[in-house]
Amino acid sequence: MAEQYAIEMRGITKTFGSVVANKGVNLNVKNGEILALLGENGSGKTTLMNMLSGIYTPDSGSIHINGSEVKIDSPEDSKKLGIGMVHQHFKLVDVFSAADNIWMGKEKSGFVLKKKRYSEIDSIIKRFGFELDPEKKVYNMSVSEKQTLEIIKVLYYGAKIIILDEPTAVLTVQEIEKLFNVLRRMKEQGHAIIIITHKLNEVMDISDRVAIMRKGEYITTVNTQETNEQELTELMVGRKIDLNIDRPVVETTRPLLEVRNLTIKNDEGAVAIDNVSFYIRGGEILGVAGIAGCGQKELCESIAGLRPIQSGQMIHKGDNIVGLPPKAILEKGISMSFIPEDRLGMGLAPSMSIIDNMLLKNYRDSKGPMVDRKRGRADAEQVIADLAVATPSPETPVRRLSGGNVQKVLLGREIKAGPNVLITAYPVRGLDINSSYMIYDILNKQKVDGVGILFVGEDLDVMISLCDKILVLCHGKVMGVVHAHKTNKEELGLMMTGALDLSEKYADKPAGIARDTLFGENNNGQEG
Amino acid sequence: MDKLSVITSFVHNIVVFNIPLLYGTVGEIMVEKSGSLNLGVEGTMAVGAIFGYIFGCYANSLGVGIMVAFLAGALFGLLFAALTVSLQANQNITGLTLTTFGLGIYFFVGNSVKANGWPVMGNYSNIKDGFADIDIPLLSDIPVIGRGLFSHNMLVFLGIAIAVGVWWYLKHTTLGLKLRAIGENPAAADSVGINVKRMKYIHICVGCGIMGIGGYYMGLNMSGSFNSSCWINGYGWIAVALVIFANWSPAIAIIGTFVFGFFNTLRVSGTSIAAAFPDQFGWLAHIPTQMYQALPFIITAIVLVVMSIRNKRGSSGLPSALGQNYFREER
Repeated sequence: MAEQYAIEMRGITKTFGSVVANKGVNLNVKNGEILALLGENGSGKTTLMNMLSGIYTPDSGSIHINGSEVKIDSPEDSKKLGIGMVHQHFKLVDVFSAADNIWMGKEKSGFVLKKKRYSEIDSIIKRFGFELDPEKKVYNMSVSEKQTLEIIKVLYYGAKIIILDEPTAVLTVQEIEKLFNVLRRMKEQGHAIIIITHKLNEVMDISDRVAIMRKGEYITTVNTQETNEQELTELMVGRKIDLNIDRPVVETTRPLLEVRNLTIKNDEGAVAIDNVSFYIRGGEILGVAGIAGCGQKELCESIAGLRPIQSGQMIHKGDNIVGLPPKAILEKGISMSFIPEDRLGMGLAPSMSIIDNMLLKNYRDSKGPMVDRKRGRADAEQVIADLAVATPSPETPVRRLSGGNVQKVLLGREIKAGPNVLITAYPVRGLDINSSYMIYDILNKQKVDGVGILFVGEDLDVMISLCDKILVLCHGKVMGVVHAHKTNKEELGLMMTGALDLSEKYADKPAGIARDTLFGENNNGQEG
Repeated sequence: MDKLSVITSFVHNIVVFNIPLLYGTVGEIMVEKSGSLNLGVEGTMAVGAIFGYIFGCYANSLGVGIMVAFLAGALFGLLFAALTVSLQANQNITGLTLTTFGLGIYFFVGNSVKANGWPVMGNYSNIKDGFADIDIPLLSDIPVIGRGLFSHNMLVFLGIAIAVGVWWYLKHTTLGLKLRAIGENPAAADSVGINVKRMKYIHICVGCGIMGIGGYYMGLNMSGSFNSSCWINGYGWIAVALVIFANWSPAIAIIGTFVFGFFNTLRVSGTSIAAAFPDQFGWLAHIPTQMYQALPFIITAIVLVVMSIRNKRGSSGLPSALGQNYFREER
């Protein structure tokens, strides 16, 4: 008899209108196995998984669980079959406590809601070996706590087959390690696990086998031990690809953007950025490393003029930009693109087309009261061509694009404006290898053209190879600015957690203050 | 007239004339907690009113009247649910349409019946007696306010009981938890296996049924005299505003009803109070009635401003997904 699979999907096809999301896909997972599902953005991985979780139903093909064919018409069916999915965008009720989020899907939970549920859920959490306050409201939780809650939820409902859609995209290195330990433990207990991730080192680290998809089609499944990152990339992209990130050496200019003693508060009124100084020259990429939520967002917003600062100075080419409206800052050539955790929240209007989103930035240039759609269309088409955005047409609403393509549109628009300072935060968040490298190329091209780039990133490996210098933040404080080619991951990690402070390494030159500063030259940089 | 009895009747009127608001508000809270914004409260109450009244009279039974009013409201809710939940129609437009449609049914049915002889409430002893005031022992003997607060017809007590019941249901039952989950994040509720459609259908129908009873009450309170103006007379719209005032809590809705009712009744009783206490309240007679009519909405606006100023996360009862249709495959 053939080996019995926990899940076997045969010839699955799913179309949305004229778009074929999945075409004759085969996939199987054994009990006690971790399968990594690999593919570029928009290759149909999430769609395929959503057919297991009951969000979509396949147009054709069959799904077998433990050898017998099943029909999954709703999430309810999926849950009954022992399938649990941790979605990329968490499916949690923000105003509910952790316990209630679990409780609401419980079968036979009794008519009356009792206080006892908290202690019951608490004991479950402990039994699975997690740490979470069952009475904590979801809106007070960190991303990693939310994810823990999602995992507890699927385990609590008795899932034997667990699907995780890009669980590591928003986690820190330490949190990822913790998550992987949990997954390994679940694997030992005989769960079948499918994990979607773009990070190849994670695939190599955690999975037993890797299934690869490309443009909605199933390519192959390989044993992790018999492959390597290079081969996986080639299978995924369909051609050879160079995994090295270039760092072109460019003649740098005098500082374009200088920030001194900047202090900013976050929405809750706590200090987010504490007395931070740095500068960016034309032709260099300054990386900003730090654990998520260390003030990166507030910093970006302040430079773009979207958030008032408490104290400090910011000058651009010697001119003060503190207190200027966002429009004036934009006109000076400072462009900001921020990819938030939900990837759609900032910068683009999701239900508007690519053309309209282009027009959002340059509608002011058109003469008279009418919007120049012709130019918007030309811009959109150029961005689509330059960055290889996968879209049916420039008229397509941005929210219908897959995550990577949305990010390309956003970055493409910002570059289109021809900035001299480009602030980009998490530009490759959730992107596949190919798209990521394309974004690195775009940034490098800008750098060669003399643009100063502030790159707020997550992946330390990438930052070390892409950036020229790296500024490390810890709880809003600068831990130092290091040259990327002289540092390593361990040093950055220590600085990020505050264990190593290099900000006063050189007595003659405080970190983040340029020797050839423009402060004081145009009478705008007076100390104050 | 005895000065104190003016106060008593003022308090009594606050309750008697404004309980329909409570029905409308509590019904709408139940609907909105499922994530559906039904602006058709006015129409739903009108439909419940006309069918409840006519069938109640024909059967000469208050119970039948209440049942039919509930069913008529629930059927109207079913229409709303079918249009918005199954067919994904825009909720605002559907609600507004149902208001017009409901008032149309009200006059169509009412005028048709009137052409063949209108059932006069006084002729139906069971209805008349059933709608008579019931004294709560001891409490109704409290001087001045006792009779004002604790001597009422059974529909007043039923309304309070429904409000308390719905409050308890939403806050303290598992089904209530599931319902709130749907109103907050239907995708999350769906993903844990809650049947979103069924829950929405049920709660929209029950909520609209409660509104229907409120409409029936208004008809009875007007002694069933059918003329050119509708019995509901804008109360449905005030109920929509009251939901916000009550921060989606049926318990606060009880207080809200009496706060709104206070100003509402002041419009009617202002002159008699002014006459009874010319020194203290004589000025009441000089306030134009339009001012009173505008007050519910002015208060709602103030409440909205106050709530948004002290906006603390988790304190608002507004369901996050209110007004948005849920379609599972939406990307």
